[in-house]
Amino acid sequence: MELLLVILIGVLYAAGIYLMFRRSMVRLLLGLILLGNGANLLIFLMGDIAKGKPPIIKAGASVFTDVYADPVPQSLILTAIVISFGLQSFAIILLKRIYLLTGSDDLDTLNTHDKDI
Amino acid sequence: MIDNFIILPVLVHMFTAIIAIFFWQKVNIQRVISILGSSIGLVLSLKLFLKTQGTGILTMQAGDWQAPFGITFVSDTFSSVLVLLTGIVAISVSLFSTAAVSTNRIRYGYFAIFHFLIMGLNGAFLTGDIFNLYVWFEIVIISSFVLMTLGGRKPQMEGAIKYVAMNMLASIIFLTAIGILYGITGSLNMADLAVKVAQIENRGLVNVTGLLFFVGFGIKSAVFPLYFWLPSSYHTPPSSIAALFGGLLTKVGIYAMFRIFTLIFVPDHFMMNLFIIVAIMTLVTGALGAISKNSMRRMFSYLIVCHIGYFIAGLGLFTEIAIAGAIFYLIHDIIVKTNLFLVSGIIYKARGSTDLRRLGGFYKDYPKLSILFAIVLFSLAGIPPLSGFWPKINLFQATLTANSFILILALIFASFITLYLIAKIWLEVFWKGLPKGDIEKGDEFEDLPGEKKFVLILPVVSLAAVSIFIGFGAEYVMKISQKIAVEMIDTQPYIHAVLGDLLSK
Repeated sequence: MELLLVILIGVLYAAGIYLMFRRSMVRLLLGLILLGNGANLLIFLMGDIAKGKPPIIKAGASVFTDVYADPVPQSLILTAIVISFGLQSFAIILLKRIYLLTGSDDLDTLNTHDKDI
Repeated sequence: MIDNFIILPVLVHMFTAIIAIFFWQKVNIQRVISILGSSIGLVLSLKLFLKTQGTGILTMQAGDWQAPFGITFVSDTFSSVLVLLTGIVAISVSLFSTAAVSTNRIRYGYFAIFHFLIMGLNGAFLTGDIFNLYVWFEIVIISSFVLMTLGGRKPQMEGAIKYVAMNMLASIIFLTAIGILYGITGSLNMADLAVKVAQIENRGLVNVTGLLFFVGFGIKSAVFPLYFWLPSSYHTPPSSIAALFGGLLTKVGIYAMFRIFTLIFVPDHFMMNLFIIVAIMTLVTGALGAISKNSMRRMFSYLIVCHIGYFIAGLGLFTEIAIAGAIFYLIHDIIVKTNLFLVSGIIYKARGSTDLRRLGGFYKDYPKLSILFAIVLFSLAGIPPLSGFWPKINLFQATLTANSFILILALIFASFITLYLIAKIWLEVFWKGLPKGDIEKGDEFEDLPGEKKFVLILPVVSLAAVSIFIGFGAEYVMKISQKIAVEMIDTQPYIHAVLGDLLSK
C-alpha cells in the first residue's frame, strides 16, 4: 500500500510540474490541481497509514493502549482540500475572464502590456 | 504569559470586513467603517506591542488545548513589531484608498477584502503553529488575488495569471514541506518542532525539508531566481493595492523565513552559504532590472526584489549584528515601500502616467509636495540621517567581520543603484520640464476637492513622519532590533513560553 502511494505521489508531482511547463492556460490549471492532490496524498502517507481504532480514551482509563489512527493528518488534508478547492475555483473563473478578454489560451500572448514600456 | 489579548488585532479586522460586507454597495459607509476598523486595529496593535515589551513573550492556547496539541498564538517582540507595522500601513492605505480607489471597486467589496488581507497578515505574524501559518498564508493570497483582479482590466488580468500560478505553486511546496516535517517529527507546533527537529539523526532529510521551506517562502518573498512573477504583476493593480502588496506581502514571506530558519532549522554551513549566494544574486539582478525600466512603478517593483537581498544576507550571515541590521531594514522597508507606491499613485493622478519619459515639471507645479516626496525617496536611498542609513552600517559591519567581500560588493552595488535611480527619478519627474505633445489627460489631482487631496496626502505625510522617526530615533529602533536578534539566536525563552512546564517534565 505504501509503495503504491509513493509511486502515485511521484506520478502526480511529475505530471503536475510537466503540465505547468506547457503554454496552455488550461494545462497550467490542471497541473496545479494535480500538484495539490499529490501534496494531500503526501501528508496522508507521511502521517503513517495504520489500521487502528479512533484515538478516544475510554471513560475511566487514563491512557490509550491500542494501535490508533492518527487523526491530525486527516484534518490537515481536509483543511488543505477545502483551501485548494477555493483557490482552484477562483483560478478557473480567472482563466475564463482572461480567455474572454484575450481570446487566446496561450500564455505567451499575455505579455502585451510588457511591450508598452 | 497567557493572554487572550493577542487575538484582538486579528479579530478586529475580521469583524470590520464582515460589517463592510453588510454595507455592500454603500460606498461612503464602507469608507467610514474601514477607517474606523483600521484605527482600532492600530490602537490594539500598539497596545500589544507595549504589552509584549512590558511583560515578555505572550502566548494564547486556542480552546485551552495545551501546546503542542492545540493551536498556539505567540507574540514575541518580532511578531508584535510586525503587527504594529501592519497596523500603521493598514490605516495609511485605508485612508488613501477612500479617495484613490474608484467607487466601482469599493462597490464590489474592495474594503471587505482589504480587511481580510490585513487579518491574514496579522494572523500569520502571530501564529505559533506551522499548519496554521499555512492557513493564514492562504487567506492572504486569496485576498490578494481578488484585490489584484478587482476591476478586471486587461493588464491586471495578464499580471494576475502569473501571480496566481506562482503563489499557488509556492503554497503547494510549503504544504509538501509541512507534510514531510509532520512525518518526521509528528508535531506542528513551532516551539515543539524546534525541540524535536534538533534531535533527529537523519540530517539529510531535515536539510531537504528546510530547502523545501526556503523555496516555498522564496517564491512568496521574491528571491533570486524565483522573483520573476513580481515585476510582471505588481505594476498592474491601482497604486493603493500595490502599496499594500509592495509593503507587506513580500515581507510576510521574509517573516516566515526568519521564523523557520532561526527557530526550527538553524542553518548549517551549507545553508548559510546558499543564503549568501542567493542574497548576492537577488541584490545584483534586482538592481540591474530596476535600471532597465522606464516606468516608476516597474522600477519600484524591481527595487522590492533588490532590497529583499538585504534580509537574506542578514539571515545568511547569522550573527546578532547582521540579524539586527536585517530586522531594522525590515522595519524601515515596510514603511518606505508602502509610501513609495502611494507617492507614485499621487504622481499618476496628477500626470496620468508613471512613465519617466512622459513625466516632468512636478517641482514647478507642486513645490511643497515635491519636498515631501523627496524625503520619501531619500529615506529609501538611505541618505543619513534618514531611515535607510542605519541598518546598512550593521549589515556592512557584519559582512566585513565574516570576510565575505563579494557580498559587501553586492550590498554597495545595490545601495549605489538605488541612489542612482532616486537621482534619475528626481531629475526626470521633478526637475525636467514637462514634455510637450503627449499629455492625454488633464491634471486629475489638481481638480480634486480639498478634502480628497487631504486624505491622499495625509497618509504620505504620516508615513514620512514614521520614517523620519525611524531615522532620528534610530537608537530606540536599533534596541528593538537587537532584542529581536537576541531572541532569534537564543530561542530558549520562546520555546519555554510556549511549552511551559511541559519542558521540565
